[in-house]
Amino acid sequence: MAGSISRLNRSTTARRVTQDPAWVRWILITVALGFLGLFLFVPMAAVFAEGLRRGFGPYFDSFCNPDAIAAIRLTLLVAVISVPFNLVFGVAASWAIAKFQFPGKSLLITLIDLPFAVSPVISGLIFVLLFGLQGWFGPWLYEHDLKIIFAVPGIVLATIFITFPFVARELIPLMQSQGNDEEYAALTLGANGWQTFRRVTLPNIKWGLFYGVILCNARAMGEFGAVSVVSGHIRGKTNTIPLHVEILYNEYNFVAAFAVASLLTLLALVTLALKSFVESRSHRIQRYES
Amino acid sequence: MISFFSAKEQSALPGFRITLGYAVLYLSLIVLIPLSAAFLKTATMTWPAFVHAVTSPRVLASYRLTFGASLIAALINTFFGLLIAWVLVRYRFPFKKIIDASVDLPFALPTAVAGIALAAIYAPNGWIGRWLELWNGSYLCKSLGTGSHALLGKLSTWTGGHSLPAFLPSDFTIKAAYSPLGVLIALTFIGLPFVVRTVQPVLEDLEQELEEAAGSLGANRWQTFRRVLLPPLYPSLLTGFTLAFARALGEYGSVVFISGNMPMHTEITPLLIITKLEQYDYAGATAIAVVMLVTSFALLLVINLLQKWSLQKLRGR
Repeated sequence: MAGSISRLNRSTTARRVTQDPAWVRWILITVALGFLGLFLFVPMAAVFAEGLRRGFGPYFDSFCNPDAIAAIRLTLLVAVISVPFNLVFGVAASWAIAKFQFPGKSLLITLIDLPFAVSPVISGLIFVLLFGLQGWFGPWLYEHDLKIIFAVPGIVLATIFITFPFVARELIPLMQSQGNDEEYAALTLGANGWQTFRRVTLPNIKWGLFYGVILCNARAMGEFGAVSVVSGHIRGKTNTIPLHVEILYNEYNFVAAFAVASLLTLLALVTLALKSFVESRSHRIQRYES
Repeated sequence: MISFFSAKEQSALPGFRITLGYAVLYLSLIVLIPLSAAFLKTATMTWPAFVHAVTSPRVLASYRLTFGASLIAALINTFFGLLIAWVLVRYRFPFKKIIDASVDLPFALPTAVAGIALAAIYAPNGWIGRWLELWNGSYLCKSLGTGSHALLGKLSTWTGGHSLPAFLPSDFTIKAAYSPLGVLIALTFIGLPFVVRTVQPVLEDLEQELEEAAGSLGANRWQTFRRVLLPPLYPSLLTGFTLAFARALGEYGSVVFISGNMPMHTEITPLLIITKLEQYDYAGATAIAVVMLVTSFALLLVINLLQKWSLQKLRGR
């Protein structure tokens, strides 16, 4: 009885001591929301407002333009190629890093993060230095009539570089926290390596994998700086959606520029929705397990 | 090779050599070899040519703008990031979940879209730029009306006898787009999530007992915040600041639309690299790129050390 009373007292005083006065709360919430509004919500609203300035007709016309269709198609193609490449790499790298001990492991983890530290413009530049006409392989490529820079392969390469760490970064800490016990159990029960991975590891990491893939995909479809350096901006051929937006904007075709940009904004919103869905999902699993 | 075998002995799981081999090969082909191309390209330059390329006045002006604006943007984001993280962790208000999720928007939104959206808003005829444009000297005089002369006289005595226009010229305007302020706005936008996302988990894990103890020992809320709550947040604040700063240094897409790209004035370093490339000055572009790469790698090292520090600090408590 005495114990419960003292606990009751403690919780009421605790609430008073650790809670801010109402006016402080309201000021802080207002300032935070004001800042977010100014920098996030107003720009997002502006994309749709500018795109719909002349109504729905011109808005939808912007997508029927052949150059816009070519840009959308190229962006999808680039994402479809580059995401699986980084997915396979992410799974392989995190398997080696999380399940085994070897020297140089932390160096490898740092090197995997390297592309995040490189400016997008430089990410494009290095591929120009390799495959451009003045680059290392430039003359050889020219002789064999192969084009990488100012063509689709260059765009794919730059995108792979930019989105390189996304999947590995999500999977490495996740697999490290899960340990090897379940895999050992599967092997002892007679499963081979591939079966162990498919039936035991994969179900454990599926949400982390999905999380990495959606972030990787969003960046692959939206990358601008790196792609801009290697693409050559050939209309209908090497323009991705962000580059198409840039061209329309620089031609003062604002309605079309913002209409196409709203497509990428929707992609970002869907990505965020999926992201918070996955987060709530994995939180629930963690809570259930603990 | 010997160490590889010993690694195999430690873990009975299969697939070590093939996955590690593939990872290292892929990493080398996609990241390491291309990056080394930049360094090897500058190695072919003579030292004076390199120094000339990376220290010409136009390049120096771009460093000043890029580093200065990135620094200020990261500071703004540290302050508001802490505030936003605090509000999201401690208070309850409507639509909190949606607002929490939307903090990541600058990560998800393509930079070109952010660039044109910010340019449209902060341009002289834009939603916000319009109001900033109004905020100028002549508007102030007009709005003060007929009494303005008397007031101006008074003001000039306050300012030590100088006439007011010396301090507030009538053509004084706040220009957001197409000025260094525009660069700052764009860099603040793209760095926004970093501090929030590094501080938020630490703030969630802080034990209430410390706060209660401080409170019951007679500290007021502000003292508790400054002496008890803030110190454990320093490592994450510093990590978030460095991440935002590093990201801002290399940013291109969101800046070029709002900055106006005037050489010596609003030209950022990544844009200068592209300009040099378009003039087929590959050596010059690569030399500037190497300076930026070295800076970024140094920052990456700092970030890694900071993260180790904050882990130690968390475990030590």
